[in-house]
Amino acid sequence: MSGPSTYEPKSGFTRWLDKRLPIIRLAHDSFIAYPTPRNLNYWWTFGAMLSLALVIQIVTGVVLAMNYMPQINMAFASVERIRRDVPFGWLLQSMHAVGASMFFLAVYVHMFRGLYYGSYKAPREVLWILGCLIYALMIATAFLGYTLPWGQMSFWGATVITNILGAVPLIGSAIQVWIRGGGAIDEPTLNRFFSLHYLLPFVIAGVVVLHIWALHESGQNNPTGVEAKSKQDTVAFTPYATIKDAVALGLFFILYSVFIFFLPQALGHTDNFIPANPMQTPSEIVPEWYLLPFYAILRAFDFNIGPIDSKTAGVFAMFLSIGVLFVLPWLDTSRVRSMRYRPTARWCFVIFVAVCLGLGWCGGQNPGAVLAKAGPFSATLQYVEGGATQTQSLTVDAPQDFQKTADELQASLIHGGAQMVDISREGARTATVLVARGGVARTRTITADSSDDLEDRITAAKAEIAPRTAFVGITRVTPFLFTVTRLSQLLTFYYFFFFIVILPLLGLSETPNRVPDTIAKPVVAQGAA
Amino acid sequence: MTEAHADTHGSEDATRRDFIFIAVGAVATVGAGAAVWPFIDQMNPAADTRAMSTTEVDLSQIPVGSEIKAVWQGKPVFIRHRTPSEVGQALRDDFAQLKDPQSDEDRIQQKDGKAGKPEWLILQANCTHLGCVPLPSFDPGYRGHYGGWFCPCHGSDYDTSGRIRSGPAPKNLLIAPYTFLTDHSIRIG
Amino acid sequence: MLRRLTIAAFAAAALIGGVAFAANEAKPPKPYHFSFDGPLGSYDMAAVQRGFLVYSQVCANCHSMDHLSYRELGEEGGPFAMYRVRNKQNGEMAARVGLPAGEHGEFVQVTDNPYVRAIAEAVQIPDNDPQTGEATTRAGRITDHFRRPFANEIAARASNGGALPPDLSVIALAREGGVHYVRSILLGYTGQTRGAQYENDYFAGRYISMPPPLPADGLVNYADGTTATREQMATDVANFLQWAADPHMEERKSMGVEVLIFLIVLTALLYVAYKQVWKGEHH
Repeated sequence: MSGPSTYEPKSGFTRWLDKRLPIIRLAHDSFIAYPTPRNLNYWWTFGAMLSLALVIQIVTGVVLAMNYMPQINMAFASVERIRRDVPFGWLLQSMHAVGASMFFLAVYVHMFRGLYYGSYKAPREVLWILGCLIYALMIATAFLGYTLPWGQMSFWGATVITNILGAVPLIGSAIQVWIRGGGAIDEPTLNRFFSLHYLLPFVIAGVVVLHIWALHESGQNNPTGVEAKSKQDTVAFTPYATIKDAVALGLFFILYSVFIFFLPQALGHTDNFIPANPMQTPSEIVPEWYLLPFYAILRAFDFNIGPIDSKTAGVFAMFLSIGVLFVLPWLDTSRVRSMRYRPTARWCFVIFVAVCLGLGWCGGQNPGAVLAKAGPFSATLQYVEGGATQTQSLTVDAPQDFQKTADELQASLIHGGAQMVDISREGARTATVLVARGGVARTRTITADSSDDLEDRITAAKAEIAPRTAFVGITRVTPFLFTVTRLSQLLTFYYFFFFIVILPLLGLSETPNRVPDTIAKPVVAQGAA
Repeated sequence: MTEAHADTHGSEDATRRDFIFIAVGAVATVGAGAAVWPFIDQMNPAADTRAMSTTEVDLSQIPVGSEIKAVWQGKPVFIRHRTPSEVGQALRDDFAQLKDPQSDEDRIQQKDGKAGKPEWLILQANCTHLGCVPLPSFDPGYRGHYGGWFCPCHGSDYDTSGRIRSGPAPKNLLIAPYTFLTDHSIRIG
Repeated sequence: MLRRLTIAAFAAAALIGGVAFAANEAKPPKPYHFSFDGPLGSYDMAAVQRGFLVYSQVCANCHSMDHLSYRELGEEGGPFAMYRVRNKQNGEMAARVGLPAGEHGEFVQVTDNPYVRAIAEAVQIPDNDPQTGEATTRAGRITDHFRRPFANEIAARASNGGALPPDLSVIALAREGGVHYVRSILLGYTGQTRGAQYENDYFAGRYISMPPPLPADGLVNYADGTTATREQMATDVANFLQWAADPHMEERKSMGVEVLIFLIVLTALLYVAYKQVWKGEHH
């Protein structure tokens, strides 16, 4: 996209250097004279934010590593020492922890921008794939880093995630042991996680270089999705884009500072201030907020799919949810790049964003939590007041005949005039049968809003009825429950449906709005951002 | 966005523009400097290091003419129980030609300026050249000429007061701050 | 349109804040306004000092505080930090422990702080005899970590019926509700017991293994004359525990104000510069 280099070395030294290592020329061509579309909005500033966030994480990380000790007996204490004794240690630790959240916040906005404006479409497929690779590396780095403080959540989160690897068929358990360096998360695991956590950000930096290189090959996308055609469409990167990036960075730092200085623990979890205890699991294990959507997808699969058990299905779906991003350029068939001109796609995208946020919320909830139910929990108590109760026993020859014989006996007793029959199985072939006759048959219905509440009321009712009758028959009715898991399943369905069905089909069937010819032509209806 | 006319205010705008850019540059530079400081300061000694630890030493087990090495702040400290002849030699050497002139009396005084005891010399055990630990006169490897210490690394030769007499070291062996707790025990630091 | 949706999206995202917990019949912590609550809150050092007394005389019998050293009490921002303050009447420099609000003083290094040294020396710390190498005890030094009541976890559990009294260094950060929760627990005993456990309105599961640590008034003798009621002791020790978990809080908040003001000014300037750069250009 950039034409011939316009750099002209002015001084003797720069001319000398330019012939030997044209690094200033490279910087000039890439970041000063580089032609940038003039209509980029603030959604395009997140790339610069991400580069700076990476630098901040690396610098604070290197400095923290001067004081952190990756041994299980010293890790937690060394973090406390950093917070208390190292000059500005409290600030550096906070910057690093909050910085990870800011990094993910920026990357999600950056990715959503790419989705909306079609930045993944030809000729930017490799750019997009490199971005997905950076994202995957970020997730790995964040997971490794979270283990290092060696709190309860660090330890148990690492246990759960390495257990996930055990779901890989055939070689799963071998991989698990290989990654952990033992049967459980322990000293070797912590040490190697620290080493890898130190390494991966530099790998990310390398892929970022490739990412920017690929970007400069094709040039930036822009809100219209129409490629820049002439000099009128573009402006020089510096100062036009640079100053816009700077304003956005200012706002980014304001948000960053609010968290660091006034809400340093808001994004974390209190359980991580409890030193890791392999003997006791916390009441709930949750990852950091930026991994919650994947956690929701993982837990949504509480059912087997044919021969695939639920654990494997969940793991597979979780990896697929990131994997599907890599092939997105080939899934979307639309010839119009930007969703600004694709009204139907735009709505599907909005729903998609809401779904992602919803998945994030679900990931942080108790999976069994009931969001709505079709009716109250209820139970019907049947008992016979007064009358006489007989006891007899039942024996069958073969255990497998028991149910059939019991049912037949119950039917014949009722037919013979018994009001209530209760058959309690004592062993494989024997049971005690209680038969009530001659009294008044009563029923009582109890309702409640939760199963715990229902049980309490059943117990109270039974206590009240007990003096008047020999036994009580209880039939419980659980209404249809819309749990967090059900919601996660719906949202997961839409997530995959969006990529695998909606985008391919929409591209073929949708009638897009008229796309402008060039960037430079004034866009009259400025309402579309 | 309606565009402004091509600017006809020429130099006025240019001045305003320059002012804004200089203001931004200045504020940003101040901020950047303030932001860099914590990263530099964090390498300074931490609070636990700064809280000087003290070392207490019982002198009653050190016979005359011998010395021990104590550890203070992670570094070795010589505690030498000098013989009367060593003390006399040190006092006489007050008037010798010294690279780093200092009287023996000054070198034995306690941390708060109170007088020390001539037979007790408490010095930091690192050669002031490049930091090796010198050998005392009664050590088999001793090759010095002044009765004090000899550094095997580069040949620095110290006298019975720990003053540099010959060799590359620029300064006398540094004094370790100490206080007598009782007649037979000291606290270093 | 996207702008409107964006705002709505951010608003929705802002609601996805806390993680919902299944509450176990425990009541939410009693509301109480501590001096350090809020973005501009600061420590009431007199309360922190009193709280240290409660900790050392009541809690430290069972609870360790491994991550604190005695010198931390005397460092800047600590409850026993010493300052040389000029006496307004006679112009002399006097030593004051804990700087009263609005006064300025010259900070005295903790190594020269006699109060902290006395606090440390009042405690016996296990160590090896320097002559024989055998295990013995010696008077504490300011560099020592707070004395552990039990040598290790096994001893702690054995002395407490199998339950482990948690370390209190960061308890304010390790519990939902922080020191509001801790204070509620201390004051929330109903008096009922079940086996070896005690009923507490604010503890998840309602039965806590810790016997009521503040069963009556007057367990400690405050030097400043404050009456040591149960509420007072609980509140004071909560103040101390918050300081123990976050000794740099005041520095953090004041730096935060300065940083935010700076950033707001800088961003405003950058925005003006941005407008200036783009003046006359199609956007």
